[in-house]
Amino acid sequence: MPIPRDLFAQQESNRRKSSWLLIGFVLFFAWIGFGGDIALYLATGDAPVGGYRHVVPLFGIVATLLASGFAWVSWLRGDREVLWSTHAMELVNPVTEGQHRFVNVVDEMAIASGLPRPTLYLVPDDDPNAFATGRDPAHASLAVTDGLLVLLDRDELQAVVAHEMGHIERYDTQLMTLVAAMVGSIALVSDGFGRFLWHGGRASGGVLRAAGRRGSRSTPVAVVVLVLWLVSLLLAPILSRLMAMAISRKREFLADATAAQFTRNPAALARALEKLADARGPTRAVGRGAAHLCIVDPGDGRFQRLKGLGGDLLSSHPPIEERARRLRAMAFEA
Amino acid sequence: MSGILFLVVLAILVFWMIGAYNRLISLKGQVANAWKQIDVQLKRRHDLIPNLVDTVKGALQFERETLEAVIAARTRAVAATGVAATAKAEGELTQALGRLFAVAEAYPDLKSLGNVAQLQEELTSTENKIAFARQHYNDTATQYNIAQQQFPTNLMAGMAKATPAELWEITEPGERDVPKVDISLR
Repeated sequence: MPIPRDLFAQQESNRRKSSWLLIGFVLFFAWIGFGGDIALYLATGDAPVGGYRHVVPLFGIVATLLASGFAWVSWLRGDREVLWSTHAMELVNPVTEGQHRFVNVVDEMAIASGLPRPTLYLVPDDDPNAFATGRDPAHASLAVTDGLLVLLDRDELQAVVAHEMGHIERYDTQLMTLVAAMVGSIALVSDGFGRFLWHGGRASGGVLRAAGRRGSRSTPVAVVVLVLWLVSLLLAPILSRLMAMAISRKREFLADATAAQFTRNPAALARALEKLADARGPTRAVGRGAAHLCIVDPGDGRFQRLKGLGGDLLSSHPPIEERARRLRAMAFEA
Repeated sequence: MSGILFLVVLAILVFWMIGAYNRLISLKGQVANAWKQIDVQLKRRHDLIPNLVDTVKGALQFERETLEAVIAARTRAVAATGVAATAKAEGELTQALGRLFAVAEAYPDLKSLGNVAQLQEELTSTENKIAFARQHYNDTATQYNIAQQQFPTNLMAGMAKATPAELWEITEPGERDVPKVDISLR
């Protein structure tokens, strides 16, 4: 009996969110650029004749072009960037028994899901973890750490692979890979601009001083634009990070359910998750930028121990106990 | 006014018909593809078995019968045609292989042959692949069967030439038997 699930609607929803993410990303940088132009224009509006007047919105044009280019690259090569950032190596010729088993298990799950076989990667880290990335099932990659192949038995490894195949099938990987690529760049730009502003780039210093000093009619507009601009610069990295976390939390439950549908063995995934939870040292090879892609939080679980809203908002994954409990209920073991 | 309304309703109807038709056709294709997947995996298993038999022949001299049963079951499975006959022959081959592995457990030096451990992993994986291909086929076929019977998609079933797909049933008695559990504690 197939488990009823509206796969098509989930795929559609993920694709739509990916489009909005790309559009929002470009709009954000356009705002940062053009907002800066407006602020500079207002500041230099009453400059003496012969002085510099900021009329051509140069920053806006450059920022929009750069952001569009970056969005395009994220779309095409976001998965490579994620894999590169975790030091993952492609598994071409399996050598050890564990690697052979991994390849076989992936083949099995590709058959169970009816998806093409993803490209396989190994992350050189002894902490057990796994993630999938790629913009669609035909361009998907699946990476596991060396530690995972050692820790889990065949059924558990199969369950973890099935969970990742679930993410791939539902186009979660598309959205999550884009988020990974963009959260990183937004943080970078925001940091850079912040430093530029605080340590007194001359232009920005001029803007701030001009906005404060001038008593002409344009002052309120200039101040509002400037404040909005600064606030969006400062909040962007925090909001984008929270968004990344929120995006992945709900999806883990859904991918767990899909894994159970592929393997018909939800108890094995519950066992695997508990093993991963027990073994949780930080997965050092996986940075915070790719944390939301992993099957269990690669951090040291700091935020998961904070119960309540704060802990929930700041962790990229739902508590493992809850996930295991739901899986055992599926297996009639709860 | 009513003319426009009529056109709008007609357009919606036509769009829905196209959608339902395409959905049925796409499901039909998926079912055919899922069936091919089973074939591929069965072939793979047939190819692996001679290898396995050659490797364990030396160490399993006293289990000639078990080995011969595997070879005979394989020959029958390769020759089988049709869904029901294939399912039956493959089921027997699965059982014969199961007996061989059970026997092999009793020969610890077989495990140390290295090759055997690897072959066993390959065969375990192939058994799983057959089971998963079967599962995927049955899931897809069920989806297809439900779609062509459910209202209102069933109205399009005739046009899409959709007929119920046959599910892969477990035919051999051994696989379906409920394990007997003796709880009398004698």
